[in-house]
Amino acid sequence: MYKSPLHDLHVAFGAKLVEFGGWEMPLVYRGIIDEHLHTRRACSVFDVSHMGRLIIEGVDAESFLQWVCTRNLSGMVPGQCRYGHICNQGGGILDDVIVTRFDDYQWGVVCNAGNREKIVNWLNVQAKGRSVTLDDQTFDTAMLALQGPMTRDLVAKMVPIGLSELKRYRCMTGDLMGMQYAVYRSGYTGEDGFEIVLPTSAVPLIAPLLLGSAEEPRDDVKPGGLGARDTLRLEAGMPLYGHELSEDIDPLSSGQGWCVDLSVDFVGAEPMRKLKEAGLRVKLVGLVVEGRRIGRQLTPVMKGAEAVGLVTSGTMSATLDKNIAMASVAVEAAEVGTELELDFKGKRASAKVVPLPFYKRPKGS
Amino acid sequence: MSVPTDRKYAESHEWYLPEGELLIVGITQFAADELTDITYVELPPAGTELQPSEPCGGIESVKAYSEVYCAVPGQVVEVNAALEENPGLINEDAFDKGWMMKIKPSGPLDGLLEAADYEKQISS
Repeated sequence: MYKSPLHDLHVAFGAKLVEFGGWEMPLVYRGIIDEHLHTRRACSVFDVSHMGRLIIEGVDAESFLQWVCTRNLSGMVPGQCRYGHICNQGGGILDDVIVTRFDDYQWGVVCNAGNREKIVNWLNVQAKGRSVTLDDQTFDTAMLALQGPMTRDLVAKMVPIGLSELKRYRCMTGDLMGMQYAVYRSGYTGEDGFEIVLPTSAVPLIAPLLLGSAEEPRDDVKPGGLGARDTLRLEAGMPLYGHELSEDIDPLSSGQGWCVDLSVDFVGAEPMRKLKEAGLRVKLVGLVVEGRRIGRQLTPVMKGAEAVGLVTSGTMSATLDKNIAMASVAVEAAEVGTELELDFKGKRASAKVVPLPFYKRPKGS
Repeated sequence: MSVPTDRKYAESHEWYLPEGELLIVGITQFAADELTDITYVELPPAGTELQPSEPCGGIESVKAYSEVYCAVPGQVVEVNAALEENPGLINEDAFDKGWMMKIKPSGPLDGLLEAADYEKQISS
């Protein structure tokens, strides 16, 4: 199992470690709900070093990435990022990724830990005959996500590189005391924040600067684990690979049609065009569930006697104090307001279709 | 992790503490820590006859749902009403304040583990 460059720090902060995507990562430090709420009101640091960090370089980099990515990448300026999917020929989702343009011929792809090897292999196959090289920098770097409404001000005090001017979905690269970094204004929690990539060797210097020490922890910045990251992204209506997304579903049917441009040619576009023409059969919906039983992945969704879909993710929303779930359901059952039920081995709980996301951060924060 | 020696344990992570002719049942701190924050506890109402082979309730945590078993047959006499309001009591104090139910056993306490054996099970 791979270990993060922050492994010792996780242990010192009392993390419960679990296997995730081939990595030993912190699930929780103090409590998932505690870490969740702290992120919504202050600032949490999530170790996301397990995520794949790939550099794509060469004169064909842009056309190559456009060929493998559902999102229209044209018009991107250096330092701009876009979310998109990488699909197989059938339109099934291989992974969801952030594509960044660093300069004319240098681009970056951040992918999921559990899909990294698959994506590296896929990109290498698709790159045949094109003038591009792929460099997997995952093991040379660490990646930290700083998330929460206080992040911007706190970071401005800590790091002298003018990050607060960085716009959402933009990336800034530079060199601080001889150490190459990249900072993205992005995240996976529904809060404002930054995601920072830095050399592994810089971790012992930077991590204590952000978090303090286990003996003297900070009140404002605290570590957050994968458990809170999952409940935060779910409230924010963001999909998770392996739950809302998989090779068995396409981006349109999984509610991510906004990151697909069918006027562009990319791997998997043709079956998606046909699907769009024929009409989607399933949609991703948000559900608010009655009672306290939580819908989990594969919990059946019923409309009367008819099974109309399956839950993809669910949790008791700590911010909203509501029992929430995302589910993949037949379009006939997907309209907001539709009354459905979850089937817990014969016991039914009412569930109502609501708009996604469940949580939106207050404006101005 | 310290496991109280005044009670017995099941491999499925419940503890059983005799109280007069009754048996107090809860889940171990190890199980509570594994589940992470518990958000809901579903227990059988008083009067329910319990069979060891059947789940008698469930624990919903932020991370997962897990069924509750009672390895000893018997009748539910009382459930911990405080868990309704505050299911997190199990995370805070699984061996005391987070008890789940009291049962009147109708059979022997066969096959339960001593504290030392349970401790071995969770540390292996």
